[in-house]
Amino acid sequence: MIVTHTLSAVFQAGPHQRGWADVLESVNEFYRRVLFLPEQASTVAAQIDHLHYLEITVMFAAAGAIALAVIIFLARYHHAGNHTHIDLLDEGDTRDPTLATPHVNAPLVLEFGLYAGLFGLFVLFWVLGYRQYVELLVPPTKAIDIFVTGKQWVWQFAYPQGPATAGILYVPAGQPVRIVLTSRDVIHSFFVPQFRVKRDAVPGMYTETWFEASRPGTYNVLCAELCGVGHSVMRAGVIVLDPQDFQRWLEGRSQFGADVPDTTGASLAQRGRIMAIQKGCARCHSVDGSRATGPTWRNLYGSWEVLEGGQRVFVDEAYITRSMMEPGRDIVAGFPNVMPSFMGLVAPGEVSALVAYMRSLSDAPVDRATDSLPGERGPNPASVRALPPASPAPADTTPVRLPR
Amino acid sequence: MTTTASPRPPAPAHVETKNYLNAETTFRSWATTTDHKRIGVLFLAGVTLSAMLGGTFALLLRLELLTPEADVMTAMTYNRLFTLHGVVMVWLFMIPAIPGAFGNFMVPLMIGARDVAFPRLNLASFYFYLSGALLVIAGAIAGGADTGWTFYPPYSAQTPTALVPVLAGVFVLGISSTMTGLNFIVTIHTLRTAGMTWWRLPLFVWAIYATSIILVLATPVLGLSLLLVAIDHAFALGVFNPAHGGDPILYQHLFWFYSHPAVYIMILPAMGVISEVVPAFSRKNVFSYRGIVIASVGIALVGFLTWGHHMFTSGMSAFDSGAFGVLSMFVAIFSAIKVFTWVGTLYRGRITLSTPLLYFFGFLFLFAFGGMTGVALASTSLDVHWHDTYFIVAHFHFIMVGGTMMGFMAGLHFWFPKMFGRLYSQRLSAVVALLAISGFILTFTPQFLLGNAGMPRRYHTYPAEYQPLNIISTIGSWAIGAGLLIGLLYLLVALWRGKPAGSNPWNLLGLEWSISSPPPPHNFEEPPKVWQEPYDYWRARND
Repeated sequence: MIVTHTLSAVFQAGPHQRGWADVLESVNEFYRRVLFLPEQASTVAAQIDHLHYLEITVMFAAAGAIALAVIIFLARYHHAGNHTHIDLLDEGDTRDPTLATPHVNAPLVLEFGLYAGLFGLFVLFWVLGYRQYVELLVPPTKAIDIFVTGKQWVWQFAYPQGPATAGILYVPAGQPVRIVLTSRDVIHSFFVPQFRVKRDAVPGMYTETWFEASRPGTYNVLCAELCGVGHSVMRAGVIVLDPQDFQRWLEGRSQFGADVPDTTGASLAQRGRIMAIQKGCARCHSVDGSRATGPTWRNLYGSWEVLEGGQRVFVDEAYITRSMMEPGRDIVAGFPNVMPSFMGLVAPGEVSALVAYMRSLSDAPVDRATDSLPGERGPNPASVRALPPASPAPADTTPVRLPR
Repeated sequence: MTTTASPRPPAPAHVETKNYLNAETTFRSWATTTDHKRIGVLFLAGVTLSAMLGGTFALLLRLELLTPEADVMTAMTYNRLFTLHGVVMVWLFMIPAIPGAFGNFMVPLMIGARDVAFPRLNLASFYFYLSGALLVIAGAIAGGADTGWTFYPPYSAQTPTALVPVLAGVFVLGISSTMTGLNFIVTIHTLRTAGMTWWRLPLFVWAIYATSIILVLATPVLGLSLLLVAIDHAFALGVFNPAHGGDPILYQHLFWFYSHPAVYIMILPAMGVISEVVPAFSRKNVFSYRGIVIASVGIALVGFLTWGHHMFTSGMSAFDSGAFGVLSMFVAIFSAIKVFTWVGTLYRGRITLSTPLLYFFGFLFLFAFGGMTGVALASTSLDVHWHDTYFIVAHFHFIMVGGTMMGFMAGLHFWFPKMFGRLYSQRLSAVVALLAISGFILTFTPQFLLGNAGMPRRYHTYPAEYQPLNIISTIGSWAIGAGLLIGLLYLLVALWRGKPAGSNPWNLLGLEWSISSPPPPHNFEEPPKVWQEPYDYWRARND
């Protein structure tokens, strides 16, 4: 695998092209593939990689010099067998020792020359790198703004023109984009490997970074700062569109992707399904019965769950709502107490939509809710009746696919 | 030093000589010992067990990462394991390993002293280590922390795991290492024997001295910060939690103000061991003794001014990032001085390829690449892509873990005959050294490439394109595990039935080699006198 990867890199970078630009591009492509660097999809990616290539070349040259010196010294001064004897001369004894090694100290000129040279080299690396670093921090004035919020364990994106999405970031190609970052809970880190851009999203403060995507394509947003059990699945997609397409998306965003569909006329349960993606519920709760960080929603509604303390609870509207607001209160046995509270983060209508969606995932008829076991307190039938009936449409159990 | 090591033959007389191991043998005599040599052995046992525990966690983590999906454990278990792996390896193994075991054992011997300056404080330091270890293990059993060894708030304020016992354990371990550091500083200042001037100190002693300065100055900051995190977690005080008006970035500054110098707490003693091993097996004076001394103390001091390079993407100001970047380059220069001096020491020597020297070559490889990737990281813009990815994991496992591990193994093989009076199999130990070194390279080299490719660290599951490199890395981890386990076994066998080592098995200069092995309870019969510089092999007749 690695060998073929490298060979194909060498082959692809072969000198079958003409012109300096092509040669440089071949060199760039050779290094990029050998080093497993992702595609250079932003305007800064290539120049950052070029500094990387320079430093790694110097590094291998230095390592080669050290290795060469060690090998030569080993070959030249190797002493077969063990040392068997030592006999230190007495104080003041000036006899010329027979088999002693010479007394060699590094010449000062060599030492200082070497260190001064190395320090100059290191500072040069720093000057080159720091210029790029400052460039990464200062967005061009014509950049458009996108507000990015990290939240356990979902990325949310808001545009000044109005649209808000979760899980997919739409940006125009060839136009600088300023990312204004914050977090709702713990520290996250916004990382797009293909753009060579990373910035922490810190609760209680705003940080910013920017990028200009070179061309249309699809890339990943990864969370780079440990944020809890969902850290490694806190991913989102970046979809880079042509500027005209982006403009069209901004105006009527329903035609691109299903992440923010037009909900006019959708049932409450269908709206709940969208909420589950946007609010990040689907990161931890499956809808197909498979086990994830939290209990699956398949057949959850209307069932009896055993809690951490051993008591049982009936999953009804009240329990679901309570669990969104105070997730630590009634933990289902066998699951970690890691769910963040959604108090103040979901509107009452959204709660209803989520509950309706969960109801639609349950095979149990609504009536069964009142069919409590003998001696146990059933749900409040009033709360069941107070909500609109479950969606008449068949339960939508297609697994919610999130961009990876 | 008018008396010299006994020339050949070593004459392992059948007379049972009294040494620190057989002078008293009761459990009580070990539990209440104030002998620096016994305390060194206790630390050696403690850090070895800790390394096995931390290593087991590492093998489990690598097993989980064999495939992109979750296989052998849940995300919660994975997060707990890597946290415990970090906590155990950093505070129970790497920080106390070389100072606690070899520093305690060797420093008084090397400076011609009878013991450390405060023997009872030394014993207390071991008991604090033990208590800290038990607290960490209790925390692990109670549910373990899942915050990573860095305990970043506000996540650490809200995690549902048993954070407080783990934090308390680390706090207590900090007390232990502060005591050890203080003890070494006073010992080296006051207990040097006649003629042992500062410029005649063996380089290992210099390294321990520089380490001790960091231990004493930096550890209290860690203790205070972790205490605040524990209070934030238990009582929601909110010093670092923005939801209560606190500042999470402040914690990062405080944490790295300790934890960056802590990297040098781990690596400086390992450099000290290497500085002993290279002249010993080249039979030559160090190429630049003062260079190494200046570099050791320089790293200890400049190490306090570079902590911000852990925070280039945190939201810290651009000016701060630039300053921390360029200051980090000074550490690189001091490290380069050391590499240059070690390699130069081989020049015109009489080199024997013993096992400790093999570990030096492993050290050199890992340290050179680890150090040079450090320079690349300090050039700030590259760090933006690499920060919190596997590149960082590979970088610090090369330089800090690899360096410490190679130094520890080199020291163990170098001083084992002195500490226990027994020889181990040279051939087997050489094979194992090559296995462990190549395992290390195989494990962590792919992780540099994974970081280039953009795989973030602390990932329980990962996108499928990262799998091939992860497989190689996991296979490498098995080689390290096998190597170190076999190493432990043959050393235990050697303890039991190894050939007697004689007082000076490597035929070296240095006060520690002039007394019998294992050393007598009170080290020197009369205080030795020193009239020459260390490593003066040019003054000796040797073959």
